[in-house]
Amino acid sequence: MSVSSLSPGDTAAAGRPVAASRPEAIKAIPVRHWGRWLSAAIVLYLVAALIFSFVKSPNIDWPTVREYMFMPLILRALAVTIELTFVTMLVGAAGGTILAIMRLSQNPVLSWIAWVYIWFFRGTPVYVQIILWGNIGVLWTKFYVGLPFTGLVFGSADSGTLVNNLFVVSVLALGLNEAAYAAELVRAGIISVDAGQTEAASSLGMSPLLITRRIVLPQAMRVIIPTMGNETISMLKTTSLLAALGGGIELFGRVQSIYAQTFQIIPLLVVASAWYLIVTSILTVGQARLEAHFGKGFGAEETEAAEKRAARRASKASAVLDKAQRTQGRRS
Amino acid sequence: MVKAEQVWKSFGNLDVLKGIDFVVQPQQTFVLLGPSGGGKSTLLRCINHLEKIDAGRLYVAGELMGYKERGKVLHEMNARDVARQRASIGMVFQRFNLFPHKTAIENVMEAPIMVQHAPRKKAEAEAEVILRSVGLGEKLDTYPAQLSGGQQQRVAIARALAMKPKLMLFDEPTSALDPELVGEVLDVMKQLARDGMTMVVVTHEMGFAKEVADGVALIDGGVIVENGPPGEVLVDPKEERTKLFLSKVLA
Repeated sequence: MSVSSLSPGDTAAAGRPVAASRPEAIKAIPVRHWGRWLSAAIVLYLVAALIFSFVKSPNIDWPTVREYMFMPLILRALAVTIELTFVTMLVGAAGGTILAIMRLSQNPVLSWIAWVYIWFFRGTPVYVQIILWGNIGVLWTKFYVGLPFTGLVFGSADSGTLVNNLFVVSVLALGLNEAAYAAELVRAGIISVDAGQTEAASSLGMSPLLITRRIVLPQAMRVIIPTMGNETISMLKTTSLLAALGGGIELFGRVQSIYAQTFQIIPLLVVASAWYLIVTSILTVGQARLEAHFGKGFGAEETEAAEKRAARRASKASAVLDKAQRTQGRRS
Repeated sequence: MVKAEQVWKSFGNLDVLKGIDFVVQPQQTFVLLGPSGGGKSTLLRCINHLEKIDAGRLYVAGELMGYKERGKVLHEMNARDVARQRASIGMVFQRFNLFPHKTAIENVMEAPIMVQHAPRKKAEAEAEVILRSVGLGEKLDTYPAQLSGGQQQRVAIARALAMKPKLMLFDEPTSALDPELVGEVLDVMKQLARDGMTMVVVTHEMGFAKEVADGVALIDGGVIVENGPPGEVLVDPKEERTKLFLSKVLA
């Protein structure tokens, strides 16, 4: 079986009309947008007034803002906020992917479990969930591993040890909530992959799980990853709700616990807002890059990798060819 | 190789196939013709159990597709057994359905590695041989998006051949192609037929049917209107319906 004599494209070159010489390019005066200039001036004027009222306000104590801005106490809380954001998103994305696959499964039990989970965690406010996790010890004083209703117990742990670790409680509260939202994003991503992909893969004898893992999920990721970037930015700010747990391990909780004692409410809120803005700005740039990378179908990275592989193959082939020629030369 | 006995299939209240009977011998090329909506593609998709049939029996290589028969009782096959049956039946789609996140050679290697657990090196070497045989030796590391329709369809054929199938199913493989690219795909299919592959082909390419088909069937309204060698069905049809169809297609 060899049809390598076919070379597509050799029919196209013939019979194409010859282009005439190109006329002079158009030079024209562009349309003037006077309205834009006027509205920009008015907006600038108003913004200047607003900034002036902030900067010169006697109620914002700028030296205090400057003092707290880079205080280790604040910076450490900021670090915890960032850490919480990423760990929570990791838990949320992993959990969401599993939930989405369960939800789309042919197995009604798995699909139903995922539905109930999403129903509960999306149906109650995240603020309530945080406080519920903070008080989980009131609901269950001990956690048991065993068979329910039989009295069979293999091991148990005090819920107090869990509740005392604020970071773990925070990750549980936000991560389990995020998983429910992420599940819907992942599900949308999976559904966006053409049904023909699944058909082609199953016609090759691939099992449903293999198809999901090797064919559908990698393609769904192109839709999911940019939206996950958006979720991460949102999560950074949602961590401020953890202030409700007390203890002040993250930025807003820390700020709150400080101004509860010093009453420097406005300066400390300015500090917190400034930090949230700075970090979200950085994340927004990252998000835009992700979107540019994944939005345009197939990224430069993959093309580059393929080109490298092609080059490697070519050099291998030419080495073989060289060898063949050399041995031939020796023979003749 | 393929035997259909009174195959019925309906979508809701709509009967798409109403008692189809036919046999395809090993190494033969069987072409299904007919107007769109007549049931040709559905029949093809039933053969590898992408669609479940409602009545009748479909056998490939002597094996009942999608069910196990124990005594007089039919048991539905589980996903793994269905996958195993499909692995020996290649299918080529109208819209190619290549995996866009994989290069040409990765598309071809995927199933041998993941389904047949072939060693990577061996799978890669074999994939290269198959891609060369369909004239794509220069395009091994190219992504589908950078290939023409004809090249994509040839990769799709190579992908199916890599599983060393007993039977190849073609679902209007040239219908989505620019006219000038149809020839390169048909050439590969003709070569395949000459090499002795058993093939069931849904197509509107009369030239292909005349040249390589061993049997031709006209399907309309869910039934086989006429079935026979191309020399009879295409040249001297007995049924009025076939004459009407051919006069429209060849006009």
